[in-house]
Amino acid sequence: MNTTAPWRDIRVLKILAQVIFIILLALVAAYLYANVTTNLARQGLAVGYGFMTNPASFGIGESFISYDPSDTYARALLVGLVNTLVVSALGIVFTTIVGVLAGVARLSSNWLINRFAAAYVGLIRNTPLLLQLMFWYFGVIIQLPDVGQAIKLPGPLFLTQRGVYMTWGEGTSTFPAWRIFILIAFISIVVIWLLLRNAQKRASIPLSPWWNLAYLMVPALIILIGFVIQPEPPLQATVPELSGLNFRGGLRLTPEFAALLFGLVIYTGAFIAEIVRGGIQAVSRGQVEAARSLGLSTGQALRLVVFPQALRIMVPPVTSQYLNLAKNSSLAIAIGFPDLFSVAGTIFNQTGAAIEIITIMMLSYLSISLFTSLLMNIYNQRIQLVER
Amino acid sequence: MRKLLFPLFSLMVLTSLLLAGCGTPAATPTAAPAAETPQTPGVAGGERLQAILDRGEVICGVHGTFQGFGFVDSDGNWTGFDVDFCRAWAAALFDDANAVEFRGLSAQERFTALQSGEVDVLARNSTWTWARDVELGLTFGPVNFYDGQAIMAKRSVVDDPAAGLAALEGANVCVQSGTTTELNLADQFRAAGVNYTPVVFEDQNAAFQAYDEGRCDAITSDRSQLATQGQAVLQNYADHVILDVVMSKEPLAPAVSDGDPRWAQVVQWVIYGMIQAEELGITSENVDTFLTSEDPVVRRLLGVEGELGAMLGLSNDFIYRVIKHVGNYGEVYDRNLATFNLARGQNELWTNGGLMYAPPFR
Repeated sequence: MNTTAPWRDIRVLKILAQVIFIILLALVAAYLYANVTTNLARQGLAVGYGFMTNPASFGIGESFISYDPSDTYARALLVGLVNTLVVSALGIVFTTIVGVLAGVARLSSNWLINRFAAAYVGLIRNTPLLLQLMFWYFGVIIQLPDVGQAIKLPGPLFLTQRGVYMTWGEGTSTFPAWRIFILIAFISIVVIWLLLRNAQKRASIPLSPWWNLAYLMVPALIILIGFVIQPEPPLQATVPELSGLNFRGGLRLTPEFAALLFGLVIYTGAFIAEIVRGGIQAVSRGQVEAARSLGLSTGQALRLVVFPQALRIMVPPVTSQYLNLAKNSSLAIAIGFPDLFSVAGTIFNQTGAAIEIITIMMLSYLSISLFTSLLMNIYNQRIQLVER
Repeated sequence: MRKLLFPLFSLMVLTSLLLAGCGTPAATPTAAPAAETPQTPGVAGGERLQAILDRGEVICGVHGTFQGFGFVDSDGNWTGFDVDFCRAWAAALFDDANAVEFRGLSAQERFTALQSGEVDVLARNSTWTWARDVELGLTFGPVNFYDGQAIMAKRSVVDDPAAGLAALEGANVCVQSGTTTELNLADQFRAAGVNYTPVVFEDQNAAFQAYDEGRCDAITSDRSQLATQGQAVLQNYADHVILDVVMSKEPLAPAVSDGDPRWAQVVQWVIYGMIQAEELGITSENVDTFLTSEDPVVRRLLGVEGELGAMLGLSNDFIYRVIKHVGNYGEVYDRNLATFNLARGQNELWTNGGLMYAPPFR
């Protein structure tokens, strides 16, 4: 029989604590809301997103989607968002490569490589990112020769203070018709994968590895048919050529984009290098010795035994580095790259819509981060140790 | 759920603390009952003015890194054209030109700082526009500097100042974000049908540095800014040319937040007083000799007769204090801008063909 008084009952107290907590939370929220509304009323300011459909009437230096100053503020924000997404996505890819290479190099028995990687990590991790971005932009990239004296690398690839110009493929008039062939080629790869998997399930012995050639041959055949039917190839090379003040043709990476991408990759790469080193060192020494005694080479032991186990340890901290990279891209404003933060800042200044713009920015960065986390969590679950 | 709630709660508490911290200075004037302030018939407001008087100093939002207008020199002193106006308001209220707390603000922060009550007045080469006046809820004082947007290009790109914007076809143009300049640039190039690429920096000095290093073919800003910054930071000012084309009107004026018309009037009439003093030939050097003047215009201006200051809730000799401690409009102009060879042009007195004109003090 329960004789405990309600104010001594641990279960009641626990519920009570939660209720008080919720009330406090609601009070804080109500206070914040009231604070904002009274302050806005005092200033005679209204909150609303009506301004988003007004013409932005400011230029944006670079954009991956079409944009003109006569477009709306909403479109301008989208341009900024796309710029942020592009730089974050490319940054994540490259920083992973740099980080893994540097992390493995840290463990190398070669004194020079080992020390070099240690110096890289030590120097980059211990200086502020903003300083590094300023250095890459003002100290390196815009110190390159001007367009007239461009450094020409094979490709041709031109390095100038106005950006990097490279040969690139440009869609020809038949490009829209080509999409169907490219689509069919992709579908064929998926179909082959499904067929081979089914065949493997039914077969009693492993299938001959020669079957894998089908992945290459079938899409190649489809593309070949395309070349026979279509009058033109889908892409043609455009080569940058000097005309007037600038190069025309080819692909151009602006100095701001290049400096931002480079800075973010180098900076985040140093952190990932340490995570990679830690992850590898966390795999017990016996595993490597066992792999070596089975006759695997050092590379094979690393690739087949150590890395899959180290990945489990590495993925969660690497995810936070990816998130950091995406968020750090907002420092772009210091070096003139029109990312979401920069464009939103301009709009905020032109319209005075502080609360609305800050809300949009917070939601955008939050969505980017949550989406990245989601993907990384799915990946993390896939590589977790499956206990049998 | 509990795992999620704790961080959320800590976040809320932190945010509320931050917001409460920001809210306090703004809330103080409202908290003071209006009855305590010396009320004058026909003049509403006064809470902000009273808060400043109680505090004992004016909090003035200025530019921190703009030589000639708002700049901290190598000795740590605030100098510049706008800075001197801050000192003038302090002198008017407290008879002490140093009763000012300066806040260096970026172009992006400035209006928010004013709206939130963080600064009493903004004297930061800000253009008076419709949107800022109406949409942002600000009150602009009289224009203390008539400026216009101009564009500066390298001589290797354009040599003739008379060349139009068409000479800049395909150019990269450096510009500072959060300015009217950024908008005018788009409008003017669009109107002229000239293609260009803006390179937008948050910081004016970064824009100048990038331009100087050759990242841009041209840089655009207010003419005064191109001339002063150009001479201060460019490696070789002679290699650059400011085009004759005037891209916009940029009337630079101090601003206060809507809500205290009396404080706005103090801001306005101190500037008018400085203009009027120049017109009358009263300077910081000779102002004492004018105290015995028989001219009623001079006597009213300096508060020797009449109750003009008292009507605003100030001392009657507030203009005298301003002239004594800071000087008249012309003195402030020459002290800060003469070294940059910036001709007065539109900023001359109306009697000399300029636009500086003060309403009568009566």
